[in-house]
Formats: sequence, C-alpha cells, structure tokens
Amino acid sequence: MSATTLSAAGAIPGPAKDLRVSEALGRSRHRRNMIVKALCFAATAIGLLFLASILATLVWRGMAGLSLTVFTTSTLPPGSNGGLLNAIVGSLIQTLIGAAIGTPIGLMVGTYLAEYARDSALGNSVRFVSDVLLSAPSILIGLFVYQLVVNPFNGFSAIAGCLALAVIVIPIVVRTTEDMLRLIPATLREAVIGLGAPKWKMITLVCYRAAREGIMTGVLLAIARVAGETAPLLFTSLGNLNWSTDLTKPMASLPVTIYQYAGSAFQDWIDLAWAGALLITLGVLAINIIARLVLRRGV
Amino acid sequence: MNFATTALAVTLAGLTWSAQAQQITGAGATFPAPIYAKWGEAAKAATGLELNYQAIGSGGGQTQIVNRTVDFGASDAPMAVDRMEKANLHQFPSVMGAVVVIVNIPGVTTNQLKLDGTMVADIYHGKITKWNDPRIQEMNKGITLPNRAIAPVYRADGSGTTYVFASYLSAVDPTWKAKVGAATSVKWPTGQGARGNDGVAATVQNTPGGFGYVEFAYAKQNNLATAAIRNKAGSFVVPSMETFSAAASNADWANAKHFAVDLIDQAGEKSWPIVSATFILLPKDPKDPARSANVMKFIDWAYNSGDALATGLDYVPLPAAVKTAVRGSWTAEIKGPDGKPVR
Amino acid sequence: MQQATVLSGKRNANWGDRIFAGLATTSGVFVLVLLGAIIIGLAVGGAPAFRAFGAFFLVDAEWDPVQELFGALVPVYGTIVTSILALVIAVPLAFGIAFYLTELAPGWLRRPVGTAVELLAAVPSIIYGMWGFFVIVPIMAKVVQPWAIDTLGEVPLIGFLFAGPPFGTGILTAALILAVMIIPFIAATMRDVFETVPPVYKESAYGLGCTTWEVMRSIVIPYTRASVVGGIMLGLGRALGETMAVTFVIGNTNRISTSLFGPGNTIASIVALEFPESEADSLKMSSLLALGFILFVISFIVLAISRMLLRPRTKA
Repeated sequence: MSATTLSAAGAIPGPAKDLRVSEALGRSRHRRNMIVKALCFAATAIGLLFLASILATLVWRGMAGLSLTVFTTSTLPPGSNGGLLNAIVGSLIQTLIGAAIGTPIGLMVGTYLAEYARDSALGNSVRFVSDVLLSAPSILIGLFVYQLVVNPFNGFSAIAGCLALAVIVIPIVVRTTEDMLRLIPATLREAVIGLGAPKWKMITLVCYRAAREGIMTGVLLAIARVAGETAPLLFTSLGNLNWSTDLTKPMASLPVTIYQYAGSAFQDWIDLAWAGALLITLGVLAINIIARLVLRRGV
Repeated sequence: MNFATTALAVTLAGLTWSAQAQQITGAGATFPAPIYAKWGEAAKAATGLELNYQAIGSGGGQTQIVNRTVDFGASDAPMAVDRMEKANLHQFPSVMGAVVVIVNIPGVTTNQLKLDGTMVADIYHGKITKWNDPRIQEMNKGITLPNRAIAPVYRADGSGTTYVFASYLSAVDPTWKAKVGAATSVKWPTGQGARGNDGVAATVQNTPGGFGYVEFAYAKQNNLATAAIRNKAGSFVVPSMETFSAAASNADWANAKHFAVDLIDQAGEKSWPIVSATFILLPKDPKDPARSANVMKFIDWAYNSGDALATGLDYVPLPAAVKTAVRGSWTAEIKGPDGKPVR
Repeated sequence: MQQATVLSGKRNANWGDRIFAGLATTSGVFVLVLLGAIIIGLAVGGAPAFRAFGAFFLVDAEWDPVQELFGALVPVYGTIVTSILALVIAVPLAFGIAFYLTELAPGWLRRPVGTAVELLAAVPSIIYGMWGFFVIVPIMAKVVQPWAIDTLGEVPLIGFLFAGPPFGTGILTAALILAVMIIPFIAATMRDVFETVPPVYKESAYGLGCTTWEVMRSIVIPYTRASVVGGIMLGLGRALGETMAVTFVIGNTNRISTSLFGPGNTIASIVALEFPESEADSLKMSSLLALGFILFVISFIVLAISRMLLRPRTKA
C-alpha cells in the first residue's frame, strides 16, 4: 500500500483532476486515521472499564462484611460474628517467608543467567524452564509440594505452603533480575574489573546496587502474585479455623478462606469472603503501585 | 533442601508463640464444614480441644487419613470397603443432611411443583425437556406450567452432594443406574455444570426454566424455590427437618456394615427420599493414641450437646441409638500400640 | 608487604569467585532440576492412565468417573479453544491500548493509564472468577446471549455458533475473562516493543505526510512483528494454565460443544474441580495428573515458539 499511496498523496498538485483525486484520497486517509484513533481510544477505555468494574464490584460487595471485627477476630462458624484475623496474619506470614525463601534462589539464578551463563546451552535451558515455571498452573505446583513435603512428613504445615509459594516466586525474580542485570552498561563493569576487583565483588557490590530498584520491583511483584494464590495452598498449608502462627501446623490464609466462604450457604460467611477479596485486592494493588514507584525513582 | 527446610522450620517454630490448647486437625467433606466449625467453637470452652477442620473434599479427606496427614478424615460418601480395610480405618457417621431439588419457573412458588423420582431422572436424561411436558402437567393439575425449556444444572465439581443425588436417581430409576450410576461426579447425559452449591443455585436463579439440586441448608438460607417429591410410600413430601428425621428413623442402622447406612428412598409416609449421613474416618491403629482419643472426645461431646447447634444450621442429628452404637464401636475397634482401647 | 596483600587478596578473590560462581550455577541447576522433578512427578503419576488408555487417551471424549473411563479430548479442546478465543478478543484490544499509549495519549496520561492497565495483571485469579461469575455471567445470560441467539443464531452457516440456552457461563464467557486477564501482558509487551522502534524511522514517515495510523501500519508493525507475536504467545501461555477464574465461568461440562455459548472444560479447571474428590492412586487421580502433564507439554510448545520469535529483539 504505502509506496503508491504515499507518492500519490505527496505528489505535487498537477492537473485539476489529479488534485481532486488526491484530496479525496487524503480525506479517506484521514478518516481512516480518525477511525483507528477512536478505536484505540475505545480499547483503552474498555480496558480501564474492566479494572473499574472489578474494583467497584469488590467495594460494593466487600463493604457489607467489612468492619473492625474482621481485623480483631479469627474465623468463626456461621452466626458467630467472626473475622479474618488468622487468615490475614497467615497470609502475611506465608507470603513473606515464601518470598524470603524464593528470592535468594531467584536472585542467584538470575545472576547466573545474566553474568555467567549468557548464551550457553545450560543457561538457555535454565532460562527456558524458568519461563515455563512462570506460566505453570499453580495447582500443579501445590500438588508437587504435597508429594515432596506434606506426604513424607505426615502432615500439612505452613512451611509446606511457604515452599509452594517460593516455587512461584523464583521464576518471577529470575526474570526481573536477569533483565535488570543485563541493562547495566558494560562500561561500568569494565571500570570495576579494571580497578582489580574480583567478579563476585563486582556483581554483589556494583551490579546489585545499580540494579537494586529493578530487582526490588521484581520481588514486590512476586509478593503481589503469591499473596493472591489459592490453588498451591489448598494442599500444602491447608488452612486453619483457629489462630495459629506455628509453622509446623496448618495455617489459615486469605485466598483459601475466601475460596471456602464464597461458596457457603451463610450470608455472614459470604460477606466475609467479599470483604477478604476486597482486602487482598487492595493489598496486592498497593504493592504493585509501590513497586512501580520504586522502579520509577530508580530508572 | 530437606535439611534447610527442617532447619528453617525448627528455627521459625521456636520463634512463634504458640501456647495453645490441644489441637485436632481434620480434613475432608465440604458439606459438614459449617457444623464442624460450629461444634469446634462450642467444644473449645467445654472440652479444651481446639478443632481445625478444612473442607478439601471427601476424596481428599479419604486420601489424607490413608496417608495419616490429619487426625481424622471426613467423607460424605462411605469409603470403599476394600480401601478402608487396607488402610485400617474405622468409619462412623457424625450428622445427617438432605439434598433438595430447586426450580426456577416463573409463576411457580416454593414446594408448589410436584415431581417423582423417575421424572427427575428423565429431566437429567434429557427425556423431559419442557416444563409443560404432559407427565409434569398430569402431576400438577392445579398450576399452569409454561411452554419453556427445562435447563438442568448440576454440580460440576466432584462433591458429596452429587454422590447423594446420583444415588437417589440410581435407586429410583433403573436406566440411571445402568447408564450413569452414582459417584462424586458422574457423566451427566445433559445439562449445564456449575461449581459448588452457590454456582448451581446462582445458575438456576439466573436461568428461567432452571432446575438443579443443592444441600438443604443452601436452599433454605437463600430462599430458593424447592419442589415436592413423591417418596417410596407414594406421598408427596416437602423438605423439612421433620421429613428428614422420618427418613433417618426408618433406616436400617443395625445391619449397616461400617455404619454405611443407606438413607436414600426410605419407606415411611413422611420420609424425605434424598437424605444421607456424613462420615468420619479414624485410624484403627493410631500412632499417637492421644490424638485419636481427642477426636473421639470431641465427637462424644458433639453427640451429647451438639444437636441444637446442628438443627440451627439445618443439619439432622443422628438418632440416639446410633450414637450409642458408635460409642461402643470406638472401644471395640480403635486400639493403641499397647493393644488397649484408646477410649 | 604491599605485594603480599594484593596476592592474598587475589587468592581470596579466586576463592570468592569460585564460590559465587558455584552458588549461581547450582541455583540455575536447581531450577532445572525443580521443573524436571515437577514434570517427572506428573509423568510418573499419569503413567497408569496412559497405560490404561494408551494413545487413545488423547482423542477420547469420554469422562465417566463411575465406569472409570477417562479421555483428554474435551479438556484439551476446551483449553485450546478458550485460549485462542481469548487471544482473538485480547489482541485487538491490547493493540489498541498499546497504540494509544505509545502514539496517541498525551504524555502526562501515559504513565497512569499504562499503570492502570498493568494493574489488571495483578488482580488475583480468584477475584477474576468471583467478578466473572457475579458481574459478567448475569450480563451474558440476560443481555448478550438472548440477543445473539435470536439474531446471529438464525443466520445460516454461522448460526450453530450461537445456539443453545442462555446460561451466561460457557466457552465465550471463559474466553472473555481470560482475555481481560491477558490484555495487560500483551499490551505491555506491545508497548515496550513499539517503543524500541528508532524514532528516526517514524519521523521520516511523518515527514512524508503519513498519518499516525499509516506510520503504525507501515513502519512500527513490520519492524516489531516478531516481538509482537512473541508477546502474544506469552499471553497465550498464561491463558492456557489459568485455573481459578476459568473454573468459575466455563460451565464445567465434559462435552464438546460447537456453540460459543455451550459449556466446556479446560485442563486446569477439570484438575481443580475433580482433584479434591479423587482418591490417591485411583485411575481418576492418575488421569488428572496425565492431563497436567499434557498441559505442560502444550505450554512448552507455546513457549518455545514465543522464544524463537522473541529472540531477535533480545539479541538486538
């Protein structure tokens, strides 16, 4: 299309007939341009509408169950005015420990890919499986940890849930760490090496520092992702009706509680499920926005 | 990695402040989860036992107790006898519940519509497709039924509710028994699946002409329109605590092996035909007898003091004679490593 | 003296380097082994199903837990159809958003709008499920589907796509929710690769009098085509494995339906629905694990293709 149209459009006005043609052509080109622009605007509006609709639904249905009791009382049976305290605390503990286990591993793998492996066969395989892990259905990861930890050690435990979340954290941190390390200019590396510093010091003292914000963002995004995960916790940390912070025992979590309450017959449980959904979404969105602010300041 | 995990677990466990009551962990069926939670709350004050029950599904509950990852398993369907014996488990009922048929026909109110078992089966077979089908209209002379397609809805997730409902259809309809059968999920000849009781209820409510089945508590709490069903004695019964209890009192508990009593389609004028018990599974050879003893202590408390709580949440308490028989079975069946009864 | 410290420093550095490199490599191998273990675990768990049904497992539409007959065709079909439909919906929208963000939006608006769209990716999957079930499904059941069945359903040739009762749930609804979930991934990738186009190319086109759309069509898209397709494949990878959201809205039926409004099942949804009611070591459990294995194989293929297509960009 381009060559002919462009030459026609850009042609110096010749005889009157050509001018009319080119004017008509110009009009149709501009009309098409306007239509496409309008469609793009509409697409963006639709995308934003989805987000607004999700948030509005959560606020509208979540407010009914939201009260101070939600934060001060643990889960109770229907009709007993329960809250979500144990689930909130359980989610915080498991998410943080999961991230604490997964982050160092992910960081080292990302470092390996960016600094040591580059395009070696092993490096490419590691990169590939890490990306596969990124889109693996989380229920299968829960199942795997069940077979590896829960079954042999005779019992559900919060630590099993943490491990399942850690497996999900790893590939996210790997991806951002590698991307961020690769962005560091070669000149900076050469300068450090030129000063006689060993490579590991260059990586830990210079590269990590330079890529700190980017890596932090990755970790925060990973935390946001696992904070909302239901499936991997169902068969690992199981859930707990009572207040428990013992890592060797089953532990409650918000997503699992939401999952179980949302389908119950009792209105107070359903309200709590929506309140929990509102809390978790706001929490996750807040982490995301913080992550973006961190990244923005850094780059 | 195992070492690191264990080390981390030990360190962190040491840091936590868990001075707690004795905890019982159970997992399994979703159907009794609300009443177990209710009993757990009340029993904590009375017995000092803290119950943690998680609804992961009956199949999950069976697997967990076979693997001994929990103190007790819970299942809506009685466990297969060979698997139960292989895993050395003892099974007994805790409470009962009922499944009801819900409808969404414009102009028809709750318990107005009358159906019999084969008609329900034929709707799910796809043989009856319209609400004004002559067979339905014949049974419901007083009401005008619309010329509207029936939209059958079923539980798509594996569930005890489906097991009970499909058992009922198998009991009343030989074709169903031969072609479909009963299990926690079956191959439905027609209809739309939905996840959970809430999914079925919402789909039926969203669809004029909708037809489905849910646990009684779910229908009652959400004011869903139910249908009256003709029972074995030939009378039309509506779902209520009274008709559920009637079915339970007519059942043959004494001759049921492993307490796996069949409460479906019981005789008796007032019996609601779709009733079932939900079960608890305990190891016969507990490695840690104290934990099994705690479970029995908890259930014993629930048998003695939990009936009112059960009816409050629309569950049906067990007949007194059955409770006595279960208590006796504990002494006979569950023995510690020293060979002495745990309770 | 001076020399000695330098030397010993060097020896330390060598050790440090070796330890650090060893640690990094071990972690890399660990991830490799981890995924290997997950896949082998699924393959071993699924082996009884493959043994019992053979290659027939892949083409069998049966799913009858009572008779213990299991086939993968329906969930595999559902997974592929919903994911592709989701792409059909998501790609134009994501393209529009990316185009708007790179070329049309005023500078001050780009970041907030871009962030808002990316936040769609952060909403937990179970929330999408609840939202889909309580907001989208009633709209589909009461507005979209009755209208489509009465109008499009009567059109010859394509009418069968819009047949059936208006339940609100079904393949199209699931695809729609999936589309909303993957829009942020595709839009973000597109925006990022659009921005890699050297400004000089675009400016010379503008200089020739091209409209914005012509620049996009003739300059930006050809320049970034491979990377755009790679980004779409990443979105596809995400859609394939999505569990909770789909489970709420797909209608969960083990039948192949030609209608867009008909119910179906995906691999992830059937695993989530049936797993809790499957006993360990049963044929049903094994079939579910075998399905998980098949899903991994599908993700592998999709990801391998997207890697191949995205490579030129990472090299550049």
